[in-house]
Amino acid sequence: MKKEFKVISQIIQNDKRVLDIGCGDGTLMEYLKFNQQNDVRGLEPQKDLVQKCIAKGLSVIEGNAEKELIQFPKKSFDYVVLSQTLQAFLFPDKVLEQLLRIGKQTIVSIPNFGYWKVRLQLLFKGTMPMTKNLPNEWYNTPNLHMCTIQDFVNFCSKKNIQIDKSLCLTNEKISEITNNNMIYKNIFSQLGIFLIQ
Amino acid sequence: MNTNIKNIKKLIVNQSLDLDCGKTIKNFPLAYETYGALNKNKTNAVLIFHALSGDQFVTHINPITKMKGWWTIAVGPGKAIDTNKFFVICVNVLGGCMGSFGPREINPETGELFGTTFPVITIKDMVKAQNYLLEHLGINKLLAVTGGSMGGMQVLQFTSLFPDKTYSAIPIACSASHSAQNIALNELGRQAIMADPNWNKGNYFKTDLSPNKGLAIARMAAHITYLSDKGLQEKFGRKLQVKGNLKFSFDADFQIESYLRHQGSVFVDRFDANSYLYITRAMDYFDLTKQFDGNLASAFEKTKTKFCVISFSSDWLYPTRENKEIVIALNACGANVGFVEINSDKGHDSFLLDVPEFLKTLNEFLNSIYNEINNEKRI
Repeated sequence: MKKEFKVISQIIQNDKRVLDIGCGDGTLMEYLKFNQQNDVRGLEPQKDLVQKCIAKGLSVIEGNAEKELIQFPKKSFDYVVLSQTLQAFLFPDKVLEQLLRIGKQTIVSIPNFGYWKVRLQLLFKGTMPMTKNLPNEWYNTPNLHMCTIQDFVNFCSKKNIQIDKSLCLTNEKISEITNNNMIYKNIFSQLGIFLIQ
Repeated sequence: MNTNIKNIKKLIVNQSLDLDCGKTIKNFPLAYETYGALNKNKTNAVLIFHALSGDQFVTHINPITKMKGWWTIAVGPGKAIDTNKFFVICVNVLGGCMGSFGPREINPETGELFGTTFPVITIKDMVKAQNYLLEHLGINKLLAVTGGSMGGMQVLQFTSLFPDKTYSAIPIACSASHSAQNIALNELGRQAIMADPNWNKGNYFKTDLSPNKGLAIARMAAHITYLSDKGLQEKFGRKLQVKGNLKFSFDADFQIESYLRHQGSVFVDRFDANSYLYITRAMDYFDLTKQFDGNLASAFEKTKTKFCVISFSSDWLYPTRENKEIVIALNACGANVGFVEINSDKGHDSFLLDVPEFLKTLNEFLNSIYNEINNEKRI
């Protein structure tokens, strides 16, 4: 399991209800179910991945978060997880609104567009950046709304979203983001992970 | 219809059953079949609900019709619903014509066949009746209930009526309330039967004649709705029955015509016209949402069952949208539900055909439930 999922699973307390949006092949769900006794559900747009999840005994619904989230009742999950998908939505702000409605707490991770390698590629090569977390060309990337860690934090304060925890990940190393190290973290982190409500 | 229905498994239900129509029935027969073996703890039973034209003979050779069971593709040793592992039960529905209490049974009050004096039954009545068999077999909790089309409706009704009687449920290609389009199509079939002079207001058993033409037309029309535009085009296109020129007559020039005629003619050999009226009526009356005052989520409020809803992309009779309404309701009440739409060009009939992705999903979901139950036992 990738480091990001380990970090997310450590944030989630045992025996809680979790909804994993864009759960893929269910790796995180499986870990939470069997190691932390979490009651997990998933939402995934790709049929073959949904079938993989069902085969593992995971309750996953085929569907697109932009259309499907409305069906879940208010505060029906202790945690809603959205891993590296926010930037791929047509309306990330609306999706985030739904996540906050459904979950008592929400965990969002974002690939950081402020990462120094990304900045340098655009600055010196003059081409759209491609990194480990952003592996696609500009013409086939699913990412529509890239943002930086700073952008996300600004967005939260503008929308009165409370950030309970902000972590960042660089080369498998995890550290905390604070007001003091923000500028530095926004340059040197590949991924931001936030617990919000 | 030529059937010898003496040598099939039957339970005579002694208790009385209050039907939705207000009448009460008792001492009525339920014909059923089982496959595989029930384990010692009675935790491996799977109840399959059959659809409109099905019966209890799910797999192997149907002893009455001598044809393959209707779900042989999915049920049997080593198949998606593995009878080496599971104890499979299927009951002929109330109103059916394969040995259960239906219009072809004798009315004890008059000594004559019921015909159209048989009470109108509902999906709920069917499900309640089948529960008597579970009690008879001593099964407190099923491993799964499943079924497609009307079978799926019974799955929904069963899980709503008995929130803790099955570990899992797989409603396939169905709906929580029968749509106007489906009622319309059923009405077309019923009118075809009733327009056949041999139908004789349902009293055809008093004569040597049967409303075979009407029933065959009903089946032909219904059969079209089970397929898809693309599937029909690919399989038949404009292919002619006899190569060469059109005959300039009303004989079956096109292969699709003779195919439908064949479907109609084999159906009348195994199905009773009055049963067709009663069962389609039960489907039309099915509205689980209305049973719960317009809120489908309340139907599953107490459920402890794990659901896996399956629909098919080319099914226009019970489209994905209607299956998804079930998923939404289950989500709304916090039930445990998974959902997948299977890609298939084979229309509503996909659940009866060799659609590998579907069979794989069915198999893997059931196996995951089997493993969960057995792991629980170890703890």
